Amino acid sequence: MNISLKTIAPAAIAAIAALALPGAARAGATLDGVKQKGYVQCGVNLGLYGFSAPDEKGQWSGIDVDFCRAVSAAVFGSVDKVKYTPLSAQQRLPALQSGEVDLLARNTTRTLSRDTANGLNFAPTNYYDGQAFMVSAKLGLKSAKQLNGATVCVLPGTTTEQNVADYFRANKMNFKPVVIEKNEELHKAFFGGRCDALSSDASQLAAIRAAETSAPNDYVILPEQISKEPLAPAVRQGDEEWTNLVTWVFYAMVQAEEKGIRSDGVDTALSSPDPDVKRLLGVTAGNGKNLGVEETWAYNVIKLVGNYGESFERNLGTGSKLKMARGLNALYTEGGLMYAPPLK
Amino acid sequence: MTNVTRFLNSAQVRGWFYQGLVVSAAALTGWYLVSNTLTNLAKRGVATGFDFLGREAGFEIGESLLAYSAADTYLKAFAVGLLNTLAVSAAAVVLASVLGLLVGVGRLSSNWMVGRFATVYVESVRNVPLLLQLIVWYAIIGRLPSPRTAPELLPNLFLSNRGIKYPTLADPGSHTPTLLALAAGIAATVVLVRWARRRRETTGKPFPTLPAAAALVLGLPLAAFLLNGAPLALDAPVREGFDFAGGGTVSPEFTALFIGLSVYTAGFIAEIVRSGILAVPHGQTEAGLALGLKPGQVLRLIILPQALRVIVPPLTSQYLNLTKNSSLAVAIGYPDLVSVSNTSANQTGQVVEAVALMMAVYLVISLAISTYMNWYNRKLSLVTR
Repeated sequence: MNISLKTIAPAAIAAIAALALPGAARAGATLDGVKQKGYVQCGVNLGLYGFSAPDEKGQWSGIDVDFCRAVSAAVFGSVDKVKYTPLSAQQRLPALQSGEVDLLARNTTRTLSRDTANGLNFAPTNYYDGQAFMVSAKLGLKSAKQLNGATVCVLPGTTTEQNVADYFRANKMNFKPVVIEKNEELHKAFFGGRCDALSSDASQLAAIRAAETSAPNDYVILPEQISKEPLAPAVRQGDEEWTNLVTWVFYAMVQAEEKGIRSDGVDTALSSPDPDVKRLLGVTAGNGKNLGVEETWAYNVIKLVGNYGESFERNLGTGSKLKMARGLNALYTEGGLMYAPPLK
Repeated sequence: MTNVTRFLNSAQVRGWFYQGLVVSAAALTGWYLVSNTLTNLAKRGVATGFDFLGREAGFEIGESLLAYSAADTYLKAFAVGLLNTLAVSAAAVVLASVLGLLVGVGRLSSNWMVGRFATVYVESVRNVPLLLQLIVWYAIIGRLPSPRTAPELLPNLFLSNRGIKYPTLADPGSHTPTLLALAAGIAATVVLVRWARRRRETTGKPFPTLPAAAALVLGLPLAAFLLNGAPLALDAPVREGFDFAGGGTVSPEFTALFIGLSVYTAGFIAEIVRSGILAVPHGQTEAGLALGLKPGQVLRLIILPQALRVIVPPLTSQYLNLTKNSSLAVAIGYPDLVSVSNTSANQTGQVVEAVALMMAVYLVISLAISTYMNWYNRKLSLVTR
C-alpha cells in the first residue's frame, strides 16, 4: 500500500522528467533556459543546518544556499532569483540528471563514479568535509579504533554506509549497522541509545549535536576522519558553458576573500589600482563576456552574497551555532585548501 | 455487399478490432516509455544495465539469514534483503492470522467484555496509519534498558534496546537425531490426521487427534533427545564491550516491524473472519447444537469450514498487503529488500534498475502468494456434484 510512492518516486521523477525534456543537453542550453525562465532552480538539502535549511519563515540559509544565491547574483544581479527544490539523498542525482534542477548545491561528495557513470560535472569543492563518529561522552572513548563490536547508526543514500564498512574492514573490527531512512528517526535512535555511535560527515554531526540535543557536551565527535568528503556543487554533464559559470562563481568568492574584499567594502574596491581586483570586479572587462553574463557578475556576487570567508563564518563558523573552525576550508595562504586560479 | 456489412457489424469482429487496438496502444506506450528513458539516460551519460549486481557491495547489513559481509556482491545483498522481507512477512502472516481469528471470533462473543475489547481493538488498529504504529512500537522498544543494565528475564535471556538476546545450542551437530525425530513426528501426525478424518467420515467415531498429535510432535523428539544423552551445551549471550557476545538476537527493528504488521493486519483479518462467520446461516449453528455438539465443536467443525469459503479471497488480499507493507521497514531501520535496494541504488546511481528489480521481486512474491491462496480457495470451495 504505502510501498509504491516512496519506492517509485525517484525512478518516476527520472522517467517523467526524461520524457518531459527530450532535448539532450547542449552547451549553453542551461544558461539560456535559466535566463529565459528568470530564475535558477537549485536542488538543496531537505534541512541541514549550516548548509541548507529553511527557517520558521521559510527563508533558506546555509553555505549551499549562499552558493545558489551567488549564481543567481551572477546571472541576474539579484540573489532572489532562486527557486529551491529540497531533495533527499536518493532524489538528488535523478533530479539533476533529468533537468528538474539546474544546479545541485546539496552537500554532495565528489566521487569518480558520480563524475562519470552518473553524468555529473562538479564545481570546485565548497566544503572539505570528512566522515567521523559521534559517541556519548559517558563511554569515555578516545578513538574510533575502540569501536569494535559497536552498533553504528547510519543514514542510507550516501557514501556513508560504505565508508563505515570500509573503515571497520580495514581495521579488522566488527560492527552492526542500523540504517534508518529519515534523519529525525535515525537521530532519535542514536540519542535514545539504540546505537553506540552515529556516523556522518563531521560538519553534520556538529549540526545535529548543536540542534537536536539539549546537552551538546554529553556527546563527543571522535578525532578520526574516516573518509574524504569534498562537498561540491554539481551540474549536468554536456553543458560546458553552465559548468564554467558555476565554477568561476565559486572561484570569484574565494578570490575576493584572498584580496580581502568583503560585501561591505566592494564598492571602495572598485577604485583599487590592483589589476587582479579590476579584472575580478569587471572594471577591466572580459571575464563576463567569456562566461556569457554581465561584466558586473562577480561584483554582484560579492556585493550581495559576500566572499567565501563571509559565507563560511555566517553559516558554519563563529557567526553560527556550529562554531566550526576553518580547518581545511581556510585559504591556502592560511594552511587550508581554498585556492582560486587566476581570473583572467 | 450485405456480407461485408454483416462482417463489419459482427460483434465478434468489432470486439477483436477494439481489443487489438487497445493492446497495441498499450504496447506502443510501454515501448515508447522504455526506449525514451533508455535513450535519454544514454544521452546524459548515465550507466544502465544490471552489470552492477556482480560487483562488490561494500556495505554491511544489520541482520542476515545468510552469511553476508561487505565483501559480497550486490546480488547477495539483494538476496539478504529479500530473505529479511520474507522472514518478517511470513512470521507476521502467522501471528496476524492467529490474532485476527481470535479477535474476529471474540467480536461475536456473547461475553460483553470480550466483545467490546475486540471492537475497540479492531477500530483502533485499523484506523491509525501503519507507519505511525510502527514508529510507536519502535519507540517503545527503544526505551528498553541498555545492554549494561539489561534484565535477565529467564536464565540467559536478556531484554535490552539492542534486542532480545537468547541462548543458542552450542553444537548443532549433536542435535541431528532430535531434529530427525521431530520430522518423523510431523510426518506421522499428517498421516494420523488423514486416517482419523477418514475413520470419522466412514464410521462416525471421533479420534482424540490433538493429544495424539502433541505426543508425536513433542514426545518423539524428546525421547530422541534423552536417548542421545541430553546434550545441552548452550552458547549463551554474555555482556561484552558495547553489547552482548554469543547467543542469538532478535533485533528491535525486526520485533517492531513484526509486532506492528501483525497487530495492524489482525484488525482487518478479524473483520474478515467476522463477516465469514456471519455469512453462515444461523440454522447451521442450531442444527449442530441439536445434534448434541458442544458450542466449541460447532464453531470448529461446522461454522469455520463453511466460513473459510467466504474468508479466503479477502484474506489473500490482506496477506498481500502485509507483505507489501513490510517495505515500511525503511522507516525504522529493518534491512528489508527496499532498504538494501535503496543503499545499492545510491551507491551505484542506478536507481531505475534497482527500483525495477524491487518491483519485479514484489510482483513475484505477491503472485506466488495469490497462486497459493487461489489453489487453497479452490480446494475449499463447494464441490457440486
